[in-house]
Parts: sequence; structure tokens; C-alpha cells
Amino acid sequence: MTTVIERRKPADVEAPSSHRVSAAAAARAKGHTGGGLYKPRTPIYPKLVHGFWRNVKWALLIFTLAVYYIVPWLRWHRPPAAPQQAVLVDFTHQRFYFFFIQLWPQEVYFITGLLVLAALALFLVTALFGRLWCGYACPQTVWTDLFIVVERAFEGDRNARMKLDAAPWSFDKVWRKAGKHGAWLAIAFSTGGAWIFYFHDAPTLLRTFWIGQAPLTAYVSCGLLTFTTYALAGTMREQVCTFMCPWPRIQGAMFDKHTLQVIYARDRGEPRGPHKKNETWEGRGDCIDCGQCVVVCPMGIDIRDGGQIECINCGLCVDACDEMMDRVGRPRSLIAYDTDYAVAMRAAGGGASYHLVRPRTILYAGVLAAVAGLMGWGLTHRADVSFDVLHDRNPVFVRLQDGSVRDGFTLKIDNRTFVRRHFSVSLRGLSEFTLKAPGSAPVHGALDIVVEPNQVRAIYVFVIAPQTSLPKTNMPITFTLSSDTKPVEVRSAFLSGAANSL
Amino acid sequence: MTDSDMTTPETDEHTGVRTTGHEWDGIKELDNPLPRWWLWIFYATIAFSVGYWVLMPAWPGVTDYTHGLLHKSDRAQVAEDLAALQKQRGAQASRLTTASLEQIEKDPALQAYSLQVGESIFRDNCAPCHGSSGTGGKGYPNLRDDIWLWGGSLEDIQRTITHGVRSTDPDTRTSAMPAFGRDQMLKADQINDLTEYVVALSHRGADAAAVQRATGLFQANCAACHGPTGTGNPQLGAPNLTDNDWLYGSDRASIRDQIWSGHGGVMPAWGARFDANTIKALAVYIHVKSGGQ
Repeated sequence: MTTVIERRKPADVEAPSSHRVSAAAAARAKGHTGGGLYKPRTPIYPKLVHGFWRNVKWALLIFTLAVYYIVPWLRWHRPPAAPQQAVLVDFTHQRFYFFFIQLWPQEVYFITGLLVLAALALFLVTALFGRLWCGYACPQTVWTDLFIVVERAFEGDRNARMKLDAAPWSFDKVWRKAGKHGAWLAIAFSTGGAWIFYFHDAPTLLRTFWIGQAPLTAYVSCGLLTFTTYALAGTMREQVCTFMCPWPRIQGAMFDKHTLQVIYARDRGEPRGPHKKNETWEGRGDCIDCGQCVVVCPMGIDIRDGGQIECINCGLCVDACDEMMDRVGRPRSLIAYDTDYAVAMRAAGGGASYHLVRPRTILYAGVLAAVAGLMGWGLTHRADVSFDVLHDRNPVFVRLQDGSVRDGFTLKIDNRTFVRRHFSVSLRGLSEFTLKAPGSAPVHGALDIVVEPNQVRAIYVFVIAPQTSLPKTNMPITFTLSSDTKPVEVRSAFLSGAANSL
Repeated sequence: MTDSDMTTPETDEHTGVRTTGHEWDGIKELDNPLPRWWLWIFYATIAFSVGYWVLMPAWPGVTDYTHGLLHKSDRAQVAEDLAALQKQRGAQASRLTTASLEQIEKDPALQAYSLQVGESIFRDNCAPCHGSSGTGGKGYPNLRDDIWLWGGSLEDIQRTITHGVRSTDPDTRTSAMPAFGRDQMLKADQINDLTEYVVALSHRGADAAAVQRATGLFQANCAACHGPTGTGNPQLGAPNLTDNDWLYGSDRASIRDQIWSGHGGVMPAWGARFDANTIKALAVYIHVKSGGQ
């Protein structure tokens, strides 16, 4: 079912002179009888097309699918206790691994930054070149394309498929349909399967999955994704783009008159009509109303109606029209990636000009560069250790027999490397003090602490100060964590209340 | 809001879709059909809810409710979860069984575990008397400082927790401060003099004449437990009178009252309430948090 969104009255719709009608026009022509609880989806049978943009789509299809299925199997050498998978979202141990990058939950802002970068990149690309994401890289497009390949393999190209659907049930129809749905389910299952490999070690999960010992979440996620892949790419197809996705709606905000998009050059194509061989091309448009642009469209629209919310800018109609133009000996690019501005300029008799660099794109590019730079700086300057000092709240301080005051602190040391590290904690700010860790004798200098790789160690220490070194009830102190890398300092306070008022 | 009584179907000129026929203040509504996928998902949710009524607890009655075929219950689930927690805790707690108190305190992982167990147990069981900070109050000992009535080593703390003080446990720690006034063992002026003596013991200004008079009294009545110089005896549970730590108050009135009435607090014996590993963890917790002895 296609959305009927247009401003023209029914009388203005050009009566199609060719025998081909777009699914949208067919829906409209059928007329709405009103009533009825739902309208079933009008099936679309995109025809196979050959051309430059189709080849680009094939290449991207293979590339994106290869990345999706293969990446979980890539290995990356890490110390034995850590996972050996290159890309892994480890919920159990609260880590995100991406090749040489390891992120702790405290660093989730990198993921936020990544999402911000992705959004900005999408804005920039859309403002410049239109819905490239929708037509070439979006998983919905890629998987629907793949499913149509399978459909074509089992049922043939457009005409054969339409005939098969209209035909009565026979053995031929059964095995073709069953084979197609079986292949779809297999692809959907492997899609769900590949998804769960991103969250657990792939070889291990592959084995435990089949013997029923994988975590419950793995089975549920795989099942969910199998179902959604099968439904979204197999049955729902263009309805996802038209009804469910927010990108077509945001498109209106991203586009302006200088954005490249798939456009039918009205200035060149109208008035349209069939053309016989050796007829003149004077006084008429180049569009021969062959309808090829309509039958190859995976969204079931007619691009000659103008920019539409359903058009995903996949460029297949460009390829189809170019092929027809070649055949009738006219120049290509009757349908092409072009801008509204250029078309209007040419229609008004002037020359077309393109303004890729304009305030909007400069702004997007600038913000993108700034965020990317910030992320890059953040990643390269990632701290390999984190040091926090928590002052005991209850009790704030304790007076000892000899009149000295004791404050308790919990030191938390994150060792974000993969090796065991030796740290030394020292204190300054008091003229006289001792440090005491549980189970050991008090020291006047520094405490030695060992933290295991990839761990957080919380250690409780006492700072004991004689009354003579406490002129104020709130003495600022600084803890210093030293190791083989840059020392980390944390400021705290030594509180003694009225202890020294005696 | 006016709703016209007659339905007058008309077709919208822009979209070719019929209206519902009603009109509210000039506003009309197009009768577009629902997408089929939407409608079938809606039906599926209805089917799901019926299935839910059958399988899960759903409908309340007057005294009972429908239990559902799966017999799920939140209470039963909580009980199950608690049992699983005990089992899981048991696995970790068993590491404490073989280790000695000193070993537990020294090993970082066992120490961290003990501190967490101790923190939790302390808040539920000990804080009502010893305070949420463990610093006690009048009549409740301070567990955070370095003064110990019954000894502050790991073993001493473990014993105190297990058997209590003046509790019903046969091995309880016990001390008996006599009630010199209430039981008429000493006269009022003698007790006043002794109060001055005790104040002087802790190096605070006191009436010299009273101190002189009380010296003999102290040796005769108090030294047996508190020692000749008043430094106390942890074995007998007699506090050190020369430090500045007063369980029942540091002012003269409180000291006098203590000599007069001989207060003695009661600490429960936790050996019957907690298992051995919990007490070990708790002992380590108290020892660590107090700075130990």
C-alpha cells in the first residue's frame, strides 16, 4: 500500500497513455470504496535492471553483508584472561572491545560521541547528496535487495513472478514458493545468529548454541532478529520505509534546493508520449513513456511525479531510463542525480549551477570535524588508570587515645591495562601523619598497592595525624598515585572537627 | 461540538478518499483504511492477552484469584531468588571456612568480601546499639577507636561477637561493676570522694583533699578489678580509668552515677544467629574499621 500524498485533483493526473501504471496510480485508479477494515499491501515486482548504479548497489551489498557476517569472527590478540575477539560488546564483564580499543562503562561517552558522529555524518551526506544512506547502505534496503535476489532466483524476473502469483496452485508454484521462503528463513536465521556473535565469543557461542547451553538472551535475540529480518525484508519491504522509518520525514529538513537527489528532468522530458522510429524529437519531450522507471522501482512509485517521501534515491530508475535513452539514441540523464535548483534553472532557460559548498553544508562539516577531532583526542589520551578517593562519611573522624585524629578513606584504583601494576599512594598537606592499610603496620611514607589487570581495587586506608599538625579543622590534602606512568593526584580533606579544640 | 445526526458521505476532492460522514464544527475525517500489518499486530496483541489470562495470574475474585496454568507467583519467585542467593553466597562464603582471620584480613579479595559482608550485617544487626557509624554512644561502646574493653585482636573480637557480654550464652563475657551506692556498700560522701579520685586519674583537675581521702577507698574497693593505678584489666572487663574514654559519661554526675548504680550493658550472643563464616567476616570488618590492635 502506498501513501497517497499529492496536491493534485484526480482530473489533473495524466491519463496514462501506456499500458503500464505505477502501483501508486493503480491504487488511486482502483478508487477508494471507503469502509473495509484494512487495505492489503499492493504487491510490487521490481524488474531487474543493469547499469552503473545497480553495480554500485551490488558492490555495497556484498561489502556491507561481508562486514556484518565476518567481523565477529576476527580475532585480536589480548592477554589470556581477556576475550580474543576483535569486536565484542561484553555485557558480562562490562567491557567494549574494538580491536586495540577497550572501553570501560565509565567511558560510555565514546559511544555517545560515535552516535553523534554518525548522526552528523548522515546530516552532511544527506544535505549534499540526498538519501544515499536509504538507497545504498541502510540494512532495510540491503536485506530487502538480498531477499529480492533470492525471489528472482526461485520465481524469475518481474513478468514471471507476476504470472506465478496470478496462477493457481501447482507443484511448480509450491516448490518455488517453499524454496524461496526457506531460503529467506535461512538468511534471517543467520542474520540473527551473526548478531549474537557480537555479544559473546563467536566460536564458543556457535558450539554452545547448538547444544542448548547458550545464555537465554542469545536464543531470544536470535529468534527476535530472525523474525524481524524475515518480516521486514520479506513481507513488509517498502512499508518499513514509508510507514515506520523516521528518515523520510527528517528528509524534508535535510534537503534544500541544492541537494543532489534522483530527479526526473521535467524541462527535458515533457511533454511525454510514445515515439515511433524516425519520428522527429522537435516540439516534444524526451520521455517516451515506456514506464521502465516505474517497473524497476522497489518502492512502487513513479519518479516522474516529483520528489516523494517513498523515493529512497537508489538510482535504479536512473539506470533503467539511461538504458532506454541509449536505445532511442537520445542523451542520458533524463532521470539523474540532480538538484531542484538546476532543473528549475534549465526550465527557465538558464544554465544550471551547483552549490555543494553552502552555509548548511559548511556548518555540518565543521561540527563533524570538531566532534571527530574531540573523539580522536579523547581516544588517544585515554587514561590507563583511574584514581578516586572517597572520604568516610560515617564517622567523619575518630579521636584516638593519644589525642590524635584518624580519618578513613576508601581509595579506588582502576587498572585499565592488561598487566598487573604496582602503585604507590602518598599524601601531602599535613606536617605529620601516618598512613595505615588494614592488616599492615602504619607507615610514614607511601603505601604500596598491587592491582590485578583489568580490575578495580577498593582499599580502605587510615590517615592518622597528631593534634599538633592540625591547626584547622578542615585541612586540604592531596593523595598522589604513582606508578610507572604519569602520577595522578586527587584532592581531599582531613577533617577533625572539634578534636583539636582541647 | 456538534455531531450531525445524518451521515452524509462525501468524497474529498484532493485525495479521492471518502469521509466518515460526520462533521464536528466544520472538521471532517477521511475514512482511510488501516494498514493490514498494523491491524494483524493488534489482533495478535488481543490473542496474546487471552493467552496471558490463561497462563498467568490474572483475574481477582472476592477471596482468591485465578492462578493461571503456569502457577507463577511473585512471592514464590522472591523465595526462589533468595534461596539462589544463599546458594551463590555460600559458594563465596566457603572460602572463608579454611582461611584464618589473619589470612582473611591480609588477602585483598577475602578482605574486600569480608568488608562487604560486615557492612551489610553491621547495619542490620549492630547499628541499632553501636550506631550507624559504629561510634556508639552513652552506654554503647565505640567500635571505631583504639580502646577495647574486651581486647581488640581478631580473636578477641570474634569471641565477643560469638558469646556476647552479660548475655544468656554459657561462655559469655561478663563483668560485674558493683552498685556501691544502691547496694549500700559505700556512703554518699565516700562515693563523692571516689568520683574526684577517678576524675584525677584521667588527668583532669580535681579536688586534692577529696583525692587524698579516696586513695585508700580506691585501693580497697576498686583496685581489685581496675588495677592499683586504675589502668584496667581486659580479662575482667574492667575499663581503663586513666584514658579519656567514658562509656557512661565523662562528667562528674555520670561518673558518680556509675559508681552508685554500677551499670552494665548487655550484648547479645550472635553465635546462635550467624554462621561461623559470617562471624569471621564481621570480626575482620570490625578489626579493619577500627584500625585493629
